Amino acid sequence: MNAIKNRVMRGGYGSFVILAFILIVAFPLLMDIFRLNLVGKYLTYGFVAIGLVMLWGYGGVLSLGQGVFFGLGGYAMAMFLKLEASDPVSTAIQSTPGIPDFMDWNQLTELPAWWLPFKSLPLTLIAVIAIPTLLAFIISYAMFKRRVGGVYFAIITQAVALILTVLIIGQQGYTGGVNGMTDLKTLMGWDIRTDSAKYILYFINVGLLLGSIALCRWIQLSKLGTLLLAMRDKEDRVRFSGYDVSMFKVFAFCLAAALSAIGGAMFTLQVGFMSPSFVGIVPSIEMVIFAAIGGRMSLIGAVYGTLLVNFGKTYFSESFPDLWLFLMSALFISVVMVFPNGLAGLYESHVKPRLVRRKSGSGPAKSIETPPKPAATPSTPASDIGLGAKVSNQSA
Amino acid sequence: MSNTDFVLAVEDLTVSFDGFKAIDNLNLYVDRGELRVVIGPNGAGKTTLLDLICGKTKASTGSIKFKNEEMTRLSEHMIVRAGIGRKFQTPSIYENLSVFKNLEVSFPRGRGVFGALGFKCDDEVRNKVNEVADMIGLTDRLDVESGLLSHGQKQWLEIGMLLMQDPELLMLDEPIAGMSARERELTAELLLRICKNRSVIVIEHDMEFVSRIAHKVTVMHQGKILAEGSMEKVQADPKVIDVYLGH
Repeated sequence: MNAIKNRVMRGGYGSFVILAFILIVAFPLLMDIFRLNLVGKYLTYGFVAIGLVMLWGYGGVLSLGQGVFFGLGGYAMAMFLKLEASDPVSTAIQSTPGIPDFMDWNQLTELPAWWLPFKSLPLTLIAVIAIPTLLAFIISYAMFKRRVGGVYFAIITQAVALILTVLIIGQQGYTGGVNGMTDLKTLMGWDIRTDSAKYILYFINVGLLLGSIALCRWIQLSKLGTLLLAMRDKEDRVRFSGYDVSMFKVFAFCLAAALSAIGGAMFTLQVGFMSPSFVGIVPSIEMVIFAAIGGRMSLIGAVYGTLLVNFGKTYFSESFPDLWLFLMSALFISVVMVFPNGLAGLYESHVKPRLVRRKSGSGPAKSIETPPKPAATPSTPASDIGLGAKVSNQSA
Repeated sequence: MSNTDFVLAVEDLTVSFDGFKAIDNLNLYVDRGELRVVIGPNGAGKTTLLDLICGKTKASTGSIKFKNEEMTRLSEHMIVRAGIGRKFQTPSIYENLSVFKNLEVSFPRGRGVFGALGFKCDDEVRNKVNEVADMIGLTDRLDVESGLLSHGQKQWLEIGMLLMQDPELLMLDEPIAGMSARERELTAELLLRICKNRSVIVIEHDMEFVSRIAHKVTVMHQGKILAEGSMEKVQADPKVIDVYLGH
């Protein structure tokens, strides 16, 4: 809890700069385009993770359905790309040329009217953000105004994830079904499958991610961020201080949804397809694990958590495919049991105090200014003193 | 029902939970600038009465008028914005925020979502925080994380958070529970000071404390008002003696 406050107080720009350096300079220099494209894909989940930091870490609202918004953003983008890839010339062998191939396979002879807006890039870009945000608004307004929260809300978000998956798979003629939307080729004539396009998309992705982190950071430092923390603690006190608590939760949910949707759209662009396997319950829970392992109170930590878990997933599922799921669940359980504030919490409680100590030499004045504060313990004064003393003994 | 000069007029108020009437046809009038203390044995419905006024519980029938405006149909935050502040029985503060932040968050500006995004802590806010901190005696503790305050200081902080909003009616539920003798004394002084520009309703058990602060005392029993008047008058009332000693 102390660490939360500390992080609110200090800007935390240093860790932001380090992350930006790693993403903009280090990774592109050290990796070939295949690996870099993979990192780009992982970073699209980072959008979801930082959304969860705002919603779950700050707002105290756990959503197990963020895949819905990731998927909607991704599908909106995929629809535009699919229409562009389905021009009458390249689909001349179909019985109805000019419509997406899966529609033709399902005996559709005409493009459905609700697909028409996705012929325009500006409308698509608006839809990428607006449709998921609107859905998030409807769900959360209906729930939070009725004071539905906690586990019940989490279950409802899961149900929404399931419903959307079933809907997408069932409406094969309109959505591409279980295969999703594949064979995406160009964006306004620009081939997104080339190496140079992948580089450019990677940097756009990183730029958007860093921008989103900055935006969330600004929100955290505003009164709204303080109120979210306050609500998580003492909801009634906030309500009886004249705030409409439900609208603040609605805002956090819509923000998380919009961020997830940007991630989904960037996923489609970088990976080249979108399918229901990124919408359902399992991916939604995986996204929560990313945020939990990175640290649900830390925007930067959530990005590292996402990268780490996905690197691990790629490495272990290549080498020991059977072991991976067990390892990931073990990791999640240990986060819950041992370090509830994730990697960022470990950093705050164990690494940072030493760094501060080293920097300030043995000057007592400075170490008073930023005393070692364990992040993973509740804010009882006794445990503060206890752990703080332990850390200082270790480093002495 | 006609309009009145009272700041708060509760009339024919009833709330029943599964047939049990926690508040039964109750009438209560509070004047401007008055400090009213509500006493009564456990289960008399004192806290329920405050819950009803601030909207936490919805009334079954009856009316609650604040400055001649009906409150029973408003949502909680609108009642607060109308000018009714409520302190809970256990100190209800944001433990992991500093004392300053606790007070700042309670300042009545930027209460909408986008208002809160654009909220700036300017001189007006800082002056108000300092003024309130001075009143509640926490000036030198503004930077302390409020979870580290003593129990009494937490109670004062919550009162301070209400004062930030300048409510015209302040309702305090057992503000001195768990306080030391010295803290009780300071709290009594604080209450007498803050009721100068507003009406205050206090629920309290400690009779010595009540006689010190009360302008007027209301005795509740089984959801009804048993007696009302000055401390001496209600203490001499045989019905009150019966309720307190007979149970």
